[in-house]
Amino acid sequence: MTERAPIGRFRFMDRSRVNLDGFAVEDPALGLVAFASAQDPEPSLVIERDGHVSELDSKAEADFDVLDEFIARHGLDLGVAAEAMAVGEVSFARMMVDPGVPRAEIVRLAAGMTPAKLARCIALLRPVELGLAMAKLRARRTPSNQAHVTNRSDDPLLLAADAATAAALGFREVETTVPVLGDAPSNAVAVSIGAAVGSPGVLVQCSVEEALELEMGMRGLVSYAETVSLYGTEQVFVDGDDTPWSKAFLTSAYASRGVKMRVTSGGGAEALMGAAEGASMFYLEARCVALARAIGAQGVQNGGIDSAAVAGSVPGGVRSLMAENLMVMARNLEACTGNDALMSESDVRRTSRTLPILLAGSDYICSGFGSIQRYDNMFGPSQWNAEDVDDYLVMQRDWGVDGGLRTADEPLVAALRRRAVDAVRAVYRHLGLADFTDEWAEQAVDAAGSKDVPAAELMTPLIASRVIRETGLTMVDVVAALDETGYEEEAERMLGMLKARVAGDYLQTAAIFDEAMTVLSLVTDPNDYAGPGTGYVPGAERQAEIDAIRQQRSVDDLRSEQQLARSGAFSVVGPAQVGTDPRDVVIGVSPAVGREIWVSMSGLTVVDVLRELMAGLEEEGCRGRVVRVNHTIDLGLIGLTAARLAGSGIGIGLQGKGTALIHRRDLTPLANLELYSVAPVVDARLYRLLGVNAGRHAKGSTPEPARNPYTDEAIEARYHTRVVALVGIERACCDPHEPPEELAVDR
Amino acid sequence: MSAGPVAASGRDPAGITVESIRSGDVDITDLRIHPATLEHQAVVAEEHGNPQLAENFRRAAELAALPDEQVLALYEALRPRRSSAAELEDLAAQLAASGAVRNAALFREAAQVYARRGLLRT
Repeated sequence: MTERAPIGRFRFMDRSRVNLDGFAVEDPALGLVAFASAQDPEPSLVIERDGHVSELDSKAEADFDVLDEFIARHGLDLGVAAEAMAVGEVSFARMMVDPGVPRAEIVRLAAGMTPAKLARCIALLRPVELGLAMAKLRARRTPSNQAHVTNRSDDPLLLAADAATAAALGFREVETTVPVLGDAPSNAVAVSIGAAVGSPGVLVQCSVEEALELEMGMRGLVSYAETVSLYGTEQVFVDGDDTPWSKAFLTSAYASRGVKMRVTSGGGAEALMGAAEGASMFYLEARCVALARAIGAQGVQNGGIDSAAVAGSVPGGVRSLMAENLMVMARNLEACTGNDALMSESDVRRTSRTLPILLAGSDYICSGFGSIQRYDNMFGPSQWNAEDVDDYLVMQRDWGVDGGLRTADEPLVAALRRRAVDAVRAVYRHLGLADFTDEWAEQAVDAAGSKDVPAAELMTPLIASRVIRETGLTMVDVVAALDETGYEEEAERMLGMLKARVAGDYLQTAAIFDEAMTVLSLVTDPNDYAGPGTGYVPGAERQAEIDAIRQQRSVDDLRSEQQLARSGAFSVVGPAQVGTDPRDVVIGVSPAVGREIWVSMSGLTVVDVLRELMAGLEEEGCRGRVVRVNHTIDLGLIGLTAARLAGSGIGIGLQGKGTALIHRRDLTPLANLELYSVAPVVDARLYRLLGVNAGRHAKGSTPEPARNPYTDEAIEARYHTRVVALVGIERACCDPHEPPEELAVDR
Repeated sequence: MSAGPVAASGRDPAGITVESIRSGDVDITDLRIHPATLEHQAVVAEEHGNPQLAENFRRAAELAALPDEQVLALYEALRPRRSSAAELEDLAAQLAASGAVRNAALFREAAQVYARRGLLRT
């Protein structure tokens, strides 16, 4: 056998981005299987007369590991269990999708189902059904989103500016973390101040080791916690230095200080750590979700999270990530639905993974949208990043759905970043944490990322954090410092977050604050989806935020843009005459030329285009004459009208937008000799050639073959809105009763 | 004016203003949740189909009165292989004596399961 290089088609395909991703052959022994492994147990539940569970998912009490034990003791509603376990899997799957079955009924039954039982039911749902079930089963009516705000240098000024930016973009939770553990308190303070500058009511957390995170929560330095990890096998759980009992205690410790928290899990984590016990990812995640409910957590972030790419590597894996999220919702918990760590090198693939959840709506579409650039994300690049903010906003607009984000225009963001930087500077100086140079501050305001802030000092956050820890500084001190340095509004906003801990309403399931500091949760804003015409619909104001992206343009915008290029180069000579000179070639222009339209889509002015055409005619010894055709906007008719006025019988038709053709007086309107149809890419050289060829047609000599220039741009996406507007302007200038008129063009 | 719950210190948060903070009159404990408020939230959680969340809030109500250091130490004691059975029992007894009966039960249950699963300190 001889070695042969792959054929060109395959060499070409091998270079596509998606082929940088790893794809695994299913291997249940390693846990590399999405939905069903032979090792997954048969669902079962045996309840003894004394009310204790003696068998759970085919495992006897004596063999319970710590997860089974905790779930058996605390996780199941034994009052409904017999009924729930008896419901057929297909029946329950249908109930989840059926808009006629209320969410409360699903929640009631799911509470009595073992992990294996609920996993079997949800595995039956196809992707579109997962979406429908998600629309119905998420806890909170109003969808939302969470951002990562981090940077490589833990720069407090940049963190604050970026937190303010994230808040302006609509994120209601901001999560930070540290490359250097010692920097955590400074990061928490800087991000909290920045978020308060951007909007009232933004929840802030700093993801670090469990005990340090709790300590920061107790001191008010963060307003929620999320990095409380659960795993689906005992081995990995204990390797994570916790047990279900310590996690249950931790959960209560947060609540005891009025701090919201959710746990983290996600399919593939156990396989990644080499201890999946031969079970499928989805079954292990079902155990995690049941445990989350059992320990009393109000919510779960799952959908792979750090192991999303592991789930994504096997058949059906991406579907299983969404199914995990749905399972959280069915267990009546807040769902923070992954779309967090980047799971593919391919833009197509990562969009495919996220889109169904964006469309269905979730409590938090992303459990970590990287609001900063990929390189600054200290969790690792996210599925969505600063690079994608505009894409995401456009996707919301395309589908008319609320993905939690809004457009923030440049002047607003510039002002917020400035204020956030100034506020952190003032507070750090006031509290003796740090002094920042003007140069540093200016760079942080302007920066698109930490590479743009070379003035940042790496020791500053470390020293500030040490002072925060050693002096026992709390958020109360930060509020006072904000107030004393002139940031009363931000002081009020941060005090509002501290007072919210006393009320405790944001401890309830799926709680966020809106900008009026109203808690939106399962309790105050319950999801009431029950089919078309029900459930969440963005209010008029919110819909306008979704629709009014900063890139949109109206006809009036375009008209003003055209007027900027207005010139005095055209003047009307009088009614157009029929020529007799055989060298006479008429250039017919559309009705708006010289009135409203001055620039064609290639960027050349219409005057420049006409000069090229006439120069080309002159090269062939012909004479060009410009006539404005007022009675039609159809290019064929414009060209034909011009041809019938020309002594040579040859006319050029030119629309203001730049599309051009050569016509002859004996042809039908839609026939023509040459057409230059892709106006945005027709350049001066090509217009000159068009003039030359029109001259050759007039003389009866052979024209030079002209090819429309090649482009792989999405030419229609780029220009069609412009075309619609320009055609509208042409139409407004058109008068069917007005005859053609001759124009003089200054040369 | 206040319709909301008072803080753990008994202080009405409605009376806490930026001015009172500036005058040094406010401590972080004046902004800590009251056990009775957690009990109220437990009732709300129960009414909304989540008895486990309610139980969590009730355990939290017991912890609300404990100092931060003690809560952190209790958490540490429950982590894998940090404590012997006797130590967990001692902590449970202390918790029960201070009225934290739900947390005491959690510690006792942990001691039992940890013994079976090899998670006690050896």
